[in-house]
Amino acid sequence: MLTIKVLGSGCVNCKRLEQIAHKVVDELGIEAQIVKVTEYPDIMKYNVMSTPGLVVNEKVVSAGRIPSEAEITIFLTNALESA
Amino acid sequence: MQTDLTKKSKLSFTNPDVRSWTLVAFATAVWIYLYNVIQPFANWLSYGLLAMPQGSHLGEALAFFFYDTPKLLLLLSGMIFAISLFQTFIDTQKVRAMVEKRGEGVGNLMAALFGAITPFCSCSSVPLFIGFVQAGIPLGITFSFLITSPLMNKVAFVLLIGLFGWKVAGLYLLSGVTIGIVSGLILGRMKLERYVEGFVYEMKPSANVEVVEEKLTWSERISRSVDSTKEIVGKVFWFVIIGIGIGAFIHGYVPQDALTGIMGKSAWWSVPASVLVGIPLYSNAAGIIPIVSALIAKGASLGTVLAFMMSVVGLSLPEIIILRRVLKPPLLITFFGVIAVAIILTGYLFNIIL
Repeated sequence: MLTIKVLGSGCVNCKRLEQIAHKVVDELGIEAQIVKVTEYPDIMKYNVMSTPGLVVNEKVVSAGRIPSEAEITIFLTNALESA
Repeated sequence: MQTDLTKKSKLSFTNPDVRSWTLVAFATAVWIYLYNVIQPFANWLSYGLLAMPQGSHLGEALAFFFYDTPKLLLLLSGMIFAISLFQTFIDTQKVRAMVEKRGEGVGNLMAALFGAITPFCSCSSVPLFIGFVQAGIPLGITFSFLITSPLMNKVAFVLLIGLFGWKVAGLYLLSGVTIGIVSGLILGRMKLERYVEGFVYEMKPSANVEVVEEKLTWSERISRSVDSTKEIVGKVFWFVIIGIGIGAFIHGYVPQDALTGIMGKSAWWSVPASVLVGIPLYSNAAGIIPIVSALIAKGASLGTVLAFMMSVVGLSLPEIIILRRVLKPPLLITFFGVIAVAIILTGYLFNIIL
């Protein structure tokens, strides 16, 4: 199972990233838990300075932008393969 | 994301980089053609097709609208794309690594310059602030970045080029960076560290977090820039249209020099007043510039207008609320006070020298 974390204090972009992540997980039909990380001390643990950040299985895969569905699909399938 | 196939075919059309660049070249050619036919098209539309008499109020307003709308939208899409492409090479991590080793002065200059060009949204102000402080970057240098980054707005920059020309857009850039450097230097000297919320200094990044390094191909950079251009232009589209609409009305109906008394050079209070009015107008920066461009034609002075615009983009209530999480009230007030004063002085300076 994948753990996907969306880092961000709740701005519009963070919410959109979360929606896209949900959509990709549904489309791939994989088991994944999507967690919102909104507190700054928790965000900073990932050493991310621009939000929204995307973390898959504790790996920061993107920061400061909203990756496309295709990109997120690749992030998730890569994580599944290496798991 | 690069597959083996693309590595083999260096210069053939199956190489996504070649394909993307070909598309960019084609789009540039179309862009240049369109840009050159806007003026005749606008004149034909208002005075030919709609048969407005030359020099009539409505005719002038319509010609202004039909010319400025396509021109600004073209400029926005073309230039935002170019800027976005450039920005795929910069990120906050790299900037921090470069600023980290510099002292006061050079550090402020670099932070302000990078603040102007780094892709950045104000919702990231707090993580950035914490990240800089954690790396041991002095408060003043961190502020230099945090001041210029909202002050230098891509959309505002492009609209200034379209409506006022390169010189004014350059002045905007230059004064924004100067305000960032000077305000950062002043704030740095004020020894305000104790007004930073304590948790900022206590936080430590966990060392075992893996950050995936990105190696982008040209085709990925181009496709990302296309996406962000669509997003930005889509977001400001209606503001620009409405702004030009109001500007067109002013252009056609408000008498010449009507504003000299209120927004002209002689009205000394107009600079601080316009900075004050600009604070709550954050989200509408895109719509405001076409309006102020029409105001200039009616006697408003450039310094006043630039100060107004910088206040609209650089001093925003949401930003104040966000930064309250890491800055205690005395520092927060000083921070915004120093920026406001710097903007006002810039406005006066331009009113005097221009």
